[in-house]
Amino acid sequence: MKKFAKYEEWFFKGLMYLSTLSIGLVLFVILFSVLYTGLPYLSWEMISSIPEGGYYYGKSGGILNAIIGSLYLSLGSTALAFIVGMPLAMFMNIHLVRNTKFVSGIRFILDLLWGVPSIVYGAFAFTIMIYFGLKTSLLAGIVTVSLFILPIVVRAIDEVLMTVPRGLFESALSLGSTKSEIAYRIMFKQCFPGIITAILLSFGRGIGDAASILFTTGYTDYIPTSLGEQTATLPLAIFFQLSSPIPEVRGRAYAASIILILIILIISLLSRYFTKRYEKNKINF
Amino acid sequence: MENPKIKIENLNLHFGNQHILKDVNLEIPKNKITVILGPSGCGKTTLLRTLNRLSELNTEAKIKGTIRIDGSDILNTNEDVTVIRKKMGLLAQRPYPLPMSIYNNVAYGLKISGRQKKKYLDKRIEHYLRQVNLWDEVKDRLKDPASALSIGQQQRLCLARGLAVDPQIILADEPTSALDPISSQMIEEKFVELSSNYTLVLVTHILRQARHIADHVVFMYLGEIVEQGSAKDFFENPQQERTKAYLQGQFY
Ligand SMILES: Nc1ncnc2c1ncn2[C@@H]1O[C@H](COP(=O)(O)OP(=O)(O)OP(=O)(O)O)[C@@H](O)[C@H]1O
Ligand SMILES: [Mg+2]
Repeated sequence: MKKFAKYEEWFFKGLMYLSTLSIGLVLFVILFSVLYTGLPYLSWEMISSIPEGGYYYGKSGGILNAIIGSLYLSLGSTALAFIVGMPLAMFMNIHLVRNTKFVSGIRFILDLLWGVPSIVYGAFAFTIMIYFGLKTSLLAGIVTVSLFILPIVVRAIDEVLMTVPRGLFESALSLGSTKSEIAYRIMFKQCFPGIITAILLSFGRGIGDAASILFTTGYTDYIPTSLGEQTATLPLAIFFQLSSPIPEVRGRAYAASIILILIILIISLLSRYFTKRYEKNKINF
Repeated sequence: MENPKIKIENLNLHFGNQHILKDVNLEIPKNKITVILGPSGCGKTTLLRTLNRLSELNTEAKIKGTIRIDGSDILNTNEDVTVIRKKMGLLAQRPYPLPMSIYNNVAYGLKISGRQKKKYLDKRIEHYLRQVNLWDEVKDRLKDPASALSIGQQQRLCLARGLAVDPQIILADEPTSALDPISSQMIEEKFVELSSNYTLVLVTHILRQARHIADHVVFMYLGEIVEQGSAKDFFENPQQERTKAYLQGQFY
């Protein structure tokens, strides 16, 4: 019996090492292949200038238009989704505490929406735009992407809020707090690090998605100066360049991927830094 | 009893189809310590949480009857529930400090009541922290997060935080069960001190504690009030068989 327990322990330990290793390996292979193919094409010119004539045939220029466009798009849509999603998550966890059935209904719908592929959101937005005769624009992209990441924001924040112990919530109530005071003075503070993670998660999804913006943002070689203009984005820049027959251009697609990964890395590190500073007040129950 | 602070009449509480509080009639004297005793699961916590209207957060709860504070019903009223809750401080079984600094934990109640001036807050916070014997331990680190305190200190902080709301009643649900003997004794002594200005309702399993600080005792069993009376009568001359059995430690 004792011996069996020991083998069992070995087996599961081995399994854990194996899965950790395989995840690490996959990540490494992806990063390596992107870096290996893309690094030779990465240049200062690429991230500091917009495409010049013939850029897509291998001539000089850069993809600053797509970098800025993607940043506008994902920051805008994350902000929009957060502004709508945060109150909804708070509402579900604070105002509807007595209404558990209704809340689990909302959760179910959000989980369904989370699972809907982004191309469906793109197609939906496209239909609406045609119906109202709207042209592709940065704004249309922001709205579409925010619709697509809204369920992610809400459910991710919701999961964090659910970890707040009942006792803390009730202590706050017994001090005579109103529900909105609990939401913004207590739950928000207690969950701040988790909320940042939720925002990051949706930002990452937003900046990397190509399908939802394929029909909604259009594509241009210029940096957009208003919400009504079309805009380029990194995922589409990668997509267009990757389908080119010219090796030079395909290489640039990988370089653009590196830029995309770097942006996400920088945002993650920044938010880590800021959450650390606020985490000290969090109570660990 | 003359002018009871709290007067409970025909209080019944169901969770779903479970009858938890059965026809509770109770008077709680003003500015005294009332101790609620009873075996585990008899409804002490539920009764306490019904007093400050936390029970009703439970979807399943059905509550009937009246609870009067200074003569006015707090169950069947249009009065804002936050106003009612502010009349009572609740000290839970384990401390739940708010996710903010020690200073802001105590300032919280004052701030949500619209007191913002720093000078005023500083003075009051020192006052409340002194009142729970915490000031000397934390005066140099008021800006530190409350989570950095020990459990005993956190419980005293929670008491200070409750006092800062300026309640008339303090509800305490086994407030010393997570504490060491010294911290427990500190809380007990505080309660005795506070009872000259506040009405205290204390749930405890510790008979020694009850004998030590109770002015008035209530004994509950399976959701009913079996016996209540002054501490002297209750401990020296219990009337009911079940009370006697409980006091002799025959069931918990
Ligand atoms: N949220 C709830 N939903 C359903 N039943 C509950 C709930 N809370 C408590 N009860 C039931 O109500 C009864 C009284 O519980 P309560 O917590 O008031 O007991 P207690 O006297 O405080 O016990 P203890 O001394 O162990 O703390 C128990 O039978 C319990 O199972
Ligand atoms: Mg209890």
